[in-house]
Amino acid sequence: MDIAQLSNLLLEIFYIIIGLFMGITMVFTIKDTNHKTRIGTALFWGILAVIFILGNYIPSTIVGLLVVVIAILSATKQINIGTLKQLDETFANIKAEKLGLKIFIPSLSIAIIAMLVATFTGFPGTVAIGISALCALALTFIITKAKPKELLADSNRTFQSVGSFAILPQLLASLGVLFTTAGVGDKIASIISNVIPTGNALIGVATYCIGMALFTSIMGNAFAAFAVITVGIGVPFVFSIGGDPLICGTLALTAGYCGTLLTPMAANFNMLPAVLLEMKDKNAVIKVQAPFALILLAVHIFLMYSLGF
Amino acid sequence: MELIGILIIIVGFALKLDTIAVVVVAGISTGLVAKMNLVEILDTLGSAFVSNRVTCLFLITLPVIGLCERYGLKAKAVMLIKKATNLSVGKLLSGYTLIRKVTIGMGVTLGGHPQFVRPLVSPMAEGAAIAKYGEKVEEKDMEKIRAYSAASDNIGNFFAQNVFMANSGVLLIASTLEGLGMPVDTLQIAKVAIPVAIISFVLWFIQNMIFDKRLKRKYATIENEKIRGDQ
Repeated sequence: MDIAQLSNLLLEIFYIIIGLFMGITMVFTIKDTNHKTRIGTALFWGILAVIFILGNYIPSTIVGLLVVVIAILSATKQINIGTLKQLDETFANIKAEKLGLKIFIPSLSIAIIAMLVATFTGFPGTVAIGISALCALALTFIITKAKPKELLADSNRTFQSVGSFAILPQLLASLGVLFTTAGVGDKIASIISNVIPTGNALIGVATYCIGMALFTSIMGNAFAAFAVITVGIGVPFVFSIGGDPLICGTLALTAGYCGTLLTPMAANFNMLPAVLLEMKDKNAVIKVQAPFALILLAVHIFLMYSLGF
Repeated sequence: MELIGILIIIVGFALKLDTIAVVVVAGISTGLVAKMNLVEILDTLGSAFVSNRVTCLFLITLPVIGLCERYGLKAKAVMLIKKATNLSVGKLLSGYTLIRKVTIGMGVTLGGHPQFVRPLVSPMAEGAAIAKYGEKVEEKDMEKIRAYSAASDNIGNFFAQNVFMANSGVLLIASTLEGLGMPVDTLQIAKVAIPVAIISFVLWFIQNMIFDKRLKRKYATIENEKIRGDQ
């Protein structure tokens, strides 16, 4: 077995573990008699558990259908957080005093072990994350002497608080695949080519940068935007009138990242932390990033115009 | 007509309709106008969804953090920052952004929201505010500190990664330009990415400083009056 096959096998095992956690969340939801949308929420976690555990063995059409069912559950407000037992603050404080700095070891080890694995083995970063998470879990049990039952309760608590946002990035990536299959990229390029005048460097540069930020905002993915916008705007309006492709192209991608800071579509970066950090305003991260992103976008236009020509 | 999916997303998000439903409807509509049949659409959606499970890999780290929180992760962070030097919220976050930038510029991902911001950075930043201004910091500002913590990670992550020549963004630029008949070297791309990495840090440092000043103006005056009163 070579490293690529082994990586795929390990990833599949990690998906199964995630699926089992989802299954646990489903069981907790079913048992939660105070839950107002008990059946719908349990169904949501159950479907996800099935897709994560058996994804490779179910026909794609059925998975597609299950995704549509999730969308219907979500649209009808069936996916909600149930009754979660709040953590005991006194207990946490006592343990914090007793364990001291050791309590940081598991969370630090997630990052450090992942880094070591990715650097010193042939495994890709994704596999490294899974390996490090499992090592960190073992370390957590050693350090805290927690009971297995507590793990079940805490995985339920953390999964429920992330909720349906968990699958948003996955869904957006799938949308990108559908867009590509349907030829949306080519259409965008041809439309923009009709609207903007050619021949002016500053207009071209500004359109390229703003176009990158705008399309990244819409699609939530700067990589997808880069391919479309570089062909649609970069080549006809910047490169063809003397813009250096190396400099302008490199700046265009980070101009797109300014757009990433501004959009709820970049769920991984902007919406997920709002959920993870239990913020009331789900757009709070975007609001903080907005002034920074707009100034940096202007800087990109200036740099591309002054360095690229 | 091919753009109906993009239109649905823009309108759906603007009207704050259910996000997941909007995305699925946009995908199906796009497929329909492109004359794909329903089975084909579901098939594409399903196989893409399964092969993109990797985006959910972060879920595997959540139980660890949940368990550590039960055993005092956040509580300890607050205790620690109270004992530690008088680092302000802004300086702490600028420092984190700098570490994030330096490491990712070397090709090392030392950060991320589930791995670092949730368990470490945000509790430390919140702890810094409590250590400096006491428990009277309003929930509204605590939420802002959390948002700043998340933003510190994003900004550190995005604008220095192209300094590393084997970064996927660098490879994307190289392969796209080469596809267009303009071959470039990845090392040169990495060099061109340096100014943005530096400027973005300076801008974020300034915004953090302004945030610090605003917190100080709001809470420190009360503190000072108390001290003066004690004397």
